[in-house]
Amino acid sequence: MQLSGAQILVQSLKAEGVEYVFGYPGGAVLEIYDALFQFNKLKHILVRHEQAAVHAADAYSRTSGKVGVALVTSGPGATNAVTGIATAYSDSIPLVVITGQVATPAIGTDAFQEVDTVGITRPCVKHNFLVTDINDLAVTIKKAFQIAATGRPGPVVVDIPKDVTQAMAKFSYPQEDVFIRSYQPVTQGHAGQIKKAVQMFASAKRPLVYFGGGVVLGNAHQELIDFIHLTGVPCTGTLMGLGAFPSSDRQFLGMLGMHGTYEANLAMQDADVVLAIGARFDDRVVSVPSKFLEKPKKIIHIDIDPSSIAKRVKVDIPIVGDVKNVLADMAALWKKQELLLSPTSLEKWWQSLESWRKRDCLWFDNDNDGDIIKPQYVLQKLAEITRNSAIITSDVGQHQMFTAQYYPFERPRQWLNSGGLGTMGVGLPYAMGAKLAAPDQDVFCITGEGSIQMNIQELSTCFQYKIPINVVTLNNGYLGMVRQWQELYYSNRESETYFDSLPDFVKLAEAYGHIGIRIDKKGDVEGALLEAIKQKDRLVFMDFITDKKQNVFPMVGNGKGLDEMVLPPHMRETPKDSDVNDVKDRDYDTRSVP
Amino acid sequence: MRHILSILMENESGAMSRVVGLFSARDYNIDSLAVAATEDKTLSRMTIVTHGDDTVLEQITKQLNKLVEVVKVVDLNESRFVERELMLVKVRAVGKDRDEFLRLAEIYRGRVVDVTDKTYTIEVTGSSDKLDSFLETLGKTSILETVRTGAAGIGRGERILKI
Repeated sequence: MQLSGAQILVQSLKAEGVEYVFGYPGGAVLEIYDALFQFNKLKHILVRHEQAAVHAADAYSRTSGKVGVALVTSGPGATNAVTGIATAYSDSIPLVVITGQVATPAIGTDAFQEVDTVGITRPCVKHNFLVTDINDLAVTIKKAFQIAATGRPGPVVVDIPKDVTQAMAKFSYPQEDVFIRSYQPVTQGHAGQIKKAVQMFASAKRPLVYFGGGVVLGNAHQELIDFIHLTGVPCTGTLMGLGAFPSSDRQFLGMLGMHGTYEANLAMQDADVVLAIGARFDDRVVSVPSKFLEKPKKIIHIDIDPSSIAKRVKVDIPIVGDVKNVLADMAALWKKQELLLSPTSLEKWWQSLESWRKRDCLWFDNDNDGDIIKPQYVLQKLAEITRNSAIITSDVGQHQMFTAQYYPFERPRQWLNSGGLGTMGVGLPYAMGAKLAAPDQDVFCITGEGSIQMNIQELSTCFQYKIPINVVTLNNGYLGMVRQWQELYYSNRESETYFDSLPDFVKLAEAYGHIGIRIDKKGDVEGALLEAIKQKDRLVFMDFITDKKQNVFPMVGNGKGLDEMVLPPHMRETPKDSDVNDVKDRDYDTRSVP
Repeated sequence: MRHILSILMENESGAMSRVVGLFSARDYNIDSLAVAATEDKTLSRMTIVTHGDDTVLEQITKQLNKLVEVVKVVDLNESRFVERELMLVKVRAVGKDRDEFLRLAEIYRGRVVDVTDKTYTIEVTGSSDKLDSFLETLGKTSILETVRTGAAGIGRGERILKI
C-alpha cells in the first residue's frame, strides 16, 4: 500500500515507540499535521513557541530516558527551535527534531519561510539530514533515532520538504538497526587501560571520584554507587551529575566547581588520583586548567566521546567506552584482585574532608532578618516537604545554583536544568515535558522573575493540556546572578539588572487559568508549598518575594583556582585554620547592596 | 607544526561543509584543502593542510572522527608520505624574460601550457614548499596570476588509507 510522506513519517514515529510529539504547525508541515489528525494515536502537544517544543521534548527525554521528539515548520519555526536544539546538544540529550522545509523545487530560491535549516543547525546537532527523496524517508528516521540515542547522545534534525511529505511511496520501516559504516561508537572499554586504571586508583593516597551527566545519560548510577561503596572513596558531582549518586550518602561531598561546596572543591584540588566519569572538566568545574593542575595529580578519564578526553586537561589514563560497562568492569577487577586502598592514607584523607565539611559552607543566617524570605530557605522547605523526591527543573541564574546546593537529589533524572548552554527560559517547558513523562511525580519548576518571562507563554499550554506542575519563582527583582557578578567584579555597578516593571505574576497565572499565590513572609513559605502539593490537578504559580541581597557562595571567580573560593560571610569571620590558609578572598568587595 | 590530514568520508552533499564548519567553529586553521571522489564513488577523500601543536592536532582528529560522515582520519605526518600540489602561474613574458622563464620552468620541472606574445602560463607540481620557491624565483613583478589546488598527500610504501 502506498502512503504519503507525511503518513510514512507518522508511522515511523509510531514504530519508534514515540508517545508524545511537541510541536507547532505551519505551512511546510501542514501535510504532517493532517496525517497526525487522521492517525490520532500519537499525542501531540501544541506549545506556544517552537523553542518550548524542543525544550519540552528535551525534558521528556531527560525524565524518561527515551528519545524526545519535536515537530516545527520551516523558516521561523526552525530558527525558533535552534535555542532548544543547542541546549540539548550542550547537555548531550537525545532528540529527533523534525523541521518542515519548502518544496524541493523552491529550495534555494529564497522562497516564503525558507531557511537553510541544515546549515543553521549544523554546529549544534549531533547530525542532521535533508530528505529529498521520499524513498529515503523511513530509513532516515530510523538512522536519526539510532544516531540520537547511541554513543554520546545528542539532537538530530531531519529537514523534510513539503513535496516529500506529499509524495507517495511504499512504507517499510527497518526492523533492525541500520548499518552506518562511518558511525560505530565504542562501548566497551579497553581491558588493558581498565587494568592500569584500577591499579593506579588503588595506589592513591587521596583518591576522588568526579562524576558528571554522562553517568545519568548512560544509566550507570548503580554501577557508580557500587564502585564508590566498594572502594570507600569520596566523590563529587557536576551540576549535570547531581542525582547519579545519592546526595544524602556520606561519601558524597556535594557539587564541585564555580558554586561547588568548600569540601568538594578542596578535595578536587588536593586529590592525588582523580577518576573522572562521564564528566568533561568544563570551565565551570575546574576553572583554569593550569591552576587546577598546580597540585600534581593523576587523572583517569572514562568517557564515551574520545574528544571529551584530554580536551581541557592532560589525562594519564584515557578509557573510551560506555561508563556503565567500564565501571562494571572496574568493580569486577577490583574485587577479583582484592584491591584495597591504604587504610591509613584513606583515613587521613577522610579526616581532612570531614574537617572541611564541618565548616558548613552552605549555612546561612535565617534567623536575624525578620520575615524576609531567604531563597535558600524556600529550597530547604521544599526538600523537606517533598522528601527530596520531587522532579525539579530549574531555569538559569542564582535560583539554579541555590537549587543545586540546597535540594538534595537522591536519584538520577530527578534534576533537569540547562547545564551546558545555560539557557534562560527552559524551566517551565522542562517541567511540562517532565510531568508528561512522569505524571505520578510532583514536578516543581524553580525559576526567577527574569527566566520565567523568557517562556512564560507556556502557561497557556499547561492550561490546555491540564499539566499540573508547580512553579516556584524566587523573585528578588534582579537578574540575580548578573547582579552578583556586578557586585563582586564591577564595583557594584548594576547595569541593566534591576527590574522595576515586573508583572503581577499572581494575576498573570490567574489570567492563564491557574492558581497564583504571592508569598512575602517567611512564615507563609511552608503553607504555600503544602497548598501546591495538595493541588494535584491545577498548576500552582508561587511568587516568592525573596531577599534581594543573597549571593551564591562559595564562588570561584574568573581565573581563580578551586581553592581560591570567595567564601560565605560566616566562613570569612572564623579564624583561618591550616586547612584554609590558601583560600584567598581578597577579591571580595564587601560594600552593601541597596 | 604543519600537518597533513587525510580524510575518507561519505560522498554526500553537505559532508564537506561539516568538516569546514568544524574548523571555523573551533578556531582551527585550514591552510589548504583538496577534495574529490575516490575510485569508490561513495567515498570522498579530503586532504587538509593545517597547523597546530600536538594537543590541537589531537582535538582536530578526534572532532573529525566524531562527524557521522567521516569514515577515517589519518595524520600523514605520523610516517613518510608524498605530497603534491598543482599550480598554474601566468607571467608577463616579454624580451629576455621569455627565455629566462623557460629555463626556470625547466629547472622546476614545469611546463608551459599556454602562450601569448606577452605571457606564459606555466604548470608546476610538487610540494607546497617547492611551489612557494618557484614563485619567489619568478619574482613578484612578473607574476600576473596564480592558482593552486592545495596539497594532496598519500602515505609512502605499502601504507594505505582505505575502508
